[in-house]
Amino acid sequence: MSNFFQSETFINAVEVLKEQFPLAIWETVYVTVLSTFFAIVLGLPLGILIVAGENGRIIRVPKVILKIIDLIINLLRSIPFLILMIMVFPLTRLIVGTAVGTVASIVPLVIAAFPFVARLVESSLREINPSIIETAQSMGASPFQIITKVLLPESVPSLISNATIAITTILGYTAMSGVIGGGGLGKIAINYGYYRYQYLIMTLAAVFLIILVQIFQSVGTRLAAKCDKRLKNGK
Amino acid sequence: MIEIQNLSKTFTTSDGNVEALKNISLTINDGDIYGIIGMSGAGKSTLVRCINMLERPTEGRVVIDGRDMGALSQSELRRERRNITMIFQGFNLLMQKNCLKNVCFPLELAGVKKAEAVKRAKELLEIVGLGDKLKAYPAQLSGGQQQRVAIARALTTHPKILLCDEATSALDPQTTQSILSLIRDIHDKLGITVIVITHQMSVVEQICSHVAILDNGEVVEEGLVSEVFAAPKSKAARHLVFPEGYEQGTQISGDNVIRVVFNGAKATNTPLIAQMAIDEGITASILSASTKGIGDKAYGNIILGIPGGENELARAMKYLKAMPDIFVEEVKNDE
Repeated sequence: MSNFFQSETFINAVEVLKEQFPLAIWETVYVTVLSTFFAIVLGLPLGILIVAGENGRIIRVPKVILKIIDLIINLLRSIPFLILMIMVFPLTRLIVGTAVGTVASIVPLVIAAFPFVARLVESSLREINPSIIETAQSMGASPFQIITKVLLPESVPSLISNATIAITTILGYTAMSGVIGGGGLGKIAINYGYYRYQYLIMTLAAVFLIILVQIFQSVGTRLAAKCDKRLKNGK
Repeated sequence: MIEIQNLSKTFTTSDGNVEALKNISLTINDGDIYGIIGMSGAGKSTLVRCINMLERPTEGRVVIDGRDMGALSQSELRRERRNITMIFQGFNLLMQKNCLKNVCFPLELAGVKKAEAVKRAKELLEIVGLGDKLKAYPAQLSGGQQQRVAIARALTTHPKILLCDEATSALDPQTTQSILSLIRDIHDKLGITVIVITHQMSVVEQICSHVAILDNGEVVEEGLVSEVFAAPKSKAARHLVFPEGYEQGTQISGDNVIRVVFNGAKATNTPLIAQMAIDEGITASILSASTKGIGDKAYGNIILGIPGGENELARAMKYLKAMPDIFVEEVKNDE
């Protein structure tokens, strides 16, 4: 075993760990957080529109528009991320100026994630009892007030839970974006593990990804539980 | 005054059209506690939702204090809904907001300043007996307490009309009593018009002055509770008044039978039937009785068998009719 700690593999791995991991972790975190943020910016209104517009329950949205939104979401969700990344190259170039690199990887990440976020928002908002909405209507709430003062505040715990699912999923996608030169732990895993057969470094990258998921998940779970006033013991 | 004029509501479903309400006309005067009773599926909830236009009538009009509700613009309607508030079977409180914020909510929607809203909400929570639960969340409260919060919430905007949609149906009998007496108290204090939707006869007996019986989307009987209950004419009404089928079970041949309806009579200081025996020498047998007291008042009805022929019967009727808040009617054998 002592041989192992003096082996080239180990020494090399420690070198990479010291030199490259801090930046890679930082890149993974910021790409994940930024992509999640933009995915929510796009996905949240869509999710709201789907639920609020259904059967003209809260707002009147032409059926065609809802159908189109539904179709686009399903379409984007059907394309595997690896392929989507390559398909959106022209768009990425248009927005970022280049199709490769860490910043460029944010574009396909957002495009892959916002339909997912829209579906998560949809499922969160559907948990709201329709009679609560009816009650708000009976009090003279406007459609905008129903969305901002009833629908969203009442589903905050569920939205947080689902945001946690989104962020951990997007974290997984960032690792894949290593293929198109997106920085982060994924790139290290692919570069060292896939191209150079340095499995120790790949494993280390995976371990850090696991740790990140654990952190996001436990923070999210705790936050959701803390926010939820339906839990009798929670103060 | 609420005037419901020739109101019909048809729902279009995949199985064709369903006529939920058929040509309903009712007038509800200011200050009434008006019961709308019927079996499930009779159209009660749809009817009450047509009053505040949560459901748009297919035909007919709802006119409140001279204003046609169906003709209001969306924003006018929203303003009007502050005058016509509603409580529900499921309480429907905002689960993520505490009691105080729940009660403030209608004022928040109306754009009332926060300090003012909080002041009003605190007063109302005090009135409904939850002054110590301001910071509690709905999940920490019992059903009865949640309904009290909902009542406080419904009163914040100083409504003229309170709609109660099966407000006590999810509560146990004891809590039902306390919620009903709260509604009655509020009615007496604030003079608001209350419309009570229910499938329970006892609810109507206990708090309503007027009642409409809804059956299969139609009003089959309507009027003062005492009158409708004393002489239910329609089959649906009889079914509601005598769920166990009085006509078959309790008739004693040879006796004359009368129905005595208590509609808020002072019950505590007059043992009515015994007093009649002492005063008039008439010994009546109680064939069936269904009375309830709210406060010191009695509601409900008693079926009496009067032996001793027409003469005795007339004397008994005369004696009972002289009592305040009591309605008496002879039950014919062939009824």
